[in-house]
Amino acid sequence: MNLTEKENEIIEDFAIYDDWMEKYEYIIELGKDLPKIKDEYKVKNNIIVGCQSQVWLYAEKVDGLIIYTAEADAIIAKGIISLLIQVLSNETPETILDSKLDFIKEIGLQEHLSPTRSNGLVAMVNKMKIYALALKNK
Amino acid sequence: MTFEVDKIRAQFPILKQNMGKYKLVYLDNGATTQKPQIVIDAITDYYTAQNSNIHRGVHTLSQNATTAYETARETIQKHINASKSYECIFTKGTTDGINLVAHSIGKTIQKGDEIIISALEHHSNIVPWQFLVEEKGAVLKVIPMNQAGELDMKVYGDLLTNKTKIVSVTQVSNALGTINPIKEMIAKAHEVGALFLVDAAQSLQHFSIDVQDLDCDFMVFSGHKIFAPTGVGILYGKENVLNELPPYQGGGDMIKTVTFEKTTYNELPHKFEAGTPNIVGGIGLGVAIKWLSQLNLKDVQHYENDLLNYATSEILKIEGVKLYGTAKYKSGVLSFLIDGLHPYDVGVLLNQQGIAVRTGHHCTQPIMDYYKIPGTIRASFSLYNTKADVDAFIKALNRAVNMLK
Repeated sequence: MNLTEKENEIIEDFAIYDDWMEKYEYIIELGKDLPKIKDEYKVKNNIIVGCQSQVWLYAEKVDGLIIYTAEADAIIAKGIISLLIQVLSNETPETILDSKLDFIKEIGLQEHLSPTRSNGLVAMVNKMKIYALALKNK
Repeated sequence: MTFEVDKIRAQFPILKQNMGKYKLVYLDNGATTQKPQIVIDAITDYYTAQNSNIHRGVHTLSQNATTAYETARETIQKHINASKSYECIFTKGTTDGINLVAHSIGKTIQKGDEIIISALEHHSNIVPWQFLVEEKGAVLKVIPMNQAGELDMKVYGDLLTNKTKIVSVTQVSNALGTINPIKEMIAKAHEVGALFLVDAAQSLQHFSIDVQDLDCDFMVFSGHKIFAPTGVGILYGKENVLNELPPYQGGGDMIKTVTFEKTTYNELPHKFEAGTPNIVGGIGLGVAIKWLSQLNLKDVQHYENDLLNYATSEILKIEGVKLYGTAKYKSGVLSFLIDGLHPYDVGVLLNQQGIAVRTGHHCTQPIMDYYKIPGTIRASFSLYNTKADVDAFIKALNRAVNMLK
């Protein structure tokens, strides 16, 4: 599946729910299912600054593709980062850097996109792209 | 006559709103209060028919605007029982008022002079004093608190010395709701010749304050937390204390004469009001305070206490709830966490159900460090909140807890 197909799959998943509480229930499930980050990566340097909860994000390059792992102390933050990982993990740095991530707007998560101090979605996306940039030539 | 909440509530148009399919339940009054129609109308009327610069023009509009602005100052004076209207300085808000005092007093601060604050302070009553520690070598001392969120009065007595220049303490804690015994604290500070600043940002919307009875040297508050617009507030200062302070900002209105060699300063209050002020804000603040002062504030306080007690007993029925701030004397704030749940998750799910609360450290990181927690969920109440609001909040909270556990 390419990046756009992955985005479309998420859009379809969310289309089932018309109530936002149900959408959050789904996000919470995703959060609970997010695989744990390795302890060695759960360090201060990997914390995303700008989230109200603590979110740790790590990335490595395997066979030219970026693999992300993450953890958060808030479940909803975990669910949201899990969605981003679903889309961006296993992609090349170039694809990640070019991605527009339109699915965020499509599923109505854009209310979380405003760059306020209580909000970490923008910070998450930025950190993921910074990793891609840093790993591009490694 | 008892307090009729429905009549009050009807005057706040924003509260009639729905958030999606839920009714708005506004429980973030510690952050800012909503505005009654009479204040909203005052703002519109000002720009529709009165707008003009004050203290300058000979023309009628300017004179009318000046009268409205100065009438607002007198309304505020009466409400807090200041002896002179010019002891009430218009500011941008509480933070601005504290910065003004810290900056002006700072010019007279010597190395080793002591400043006392408390463990309950908002960042805005910590950082301006830290500037004086960095720039002047002042010593900042902090009155500690106990687990309930009450200040230790014995230690406070010990911290006061003849080197203490000023004590700056909040009357009500924004994060925990504790009401501090401010009158007793002021008397103690005066025994060693220290000045006392009362941060009334969280108290004036809940009960009446008499600055002469308290005998405080300064009192600061924000308009937007007391049903008035944002961007305006008051610094009350005793006349003789204000006269001795050097001015804060330079500019128009604060001068008497200006030459390139020497400027002489204007009288109070203008000495501290450089530049064109927030005129409509000041007028709005006057209208809001007049509106508030026409209520029976004893009844209001009674009503709010009952509401807080009701909310406290209802929330404690939820399994795993831990309250932060359990002082004997409390006002307006319910700060809590639920075992195993992150405050951010709870806040997001409450918001989805139309409930507006605040989550996080509430600009009081030292309090959160004391409890070793990253933050709390805070529901904060005002006179227009009802038992139905509390019930909706508890119902939404139960649903959030079930989803997250």
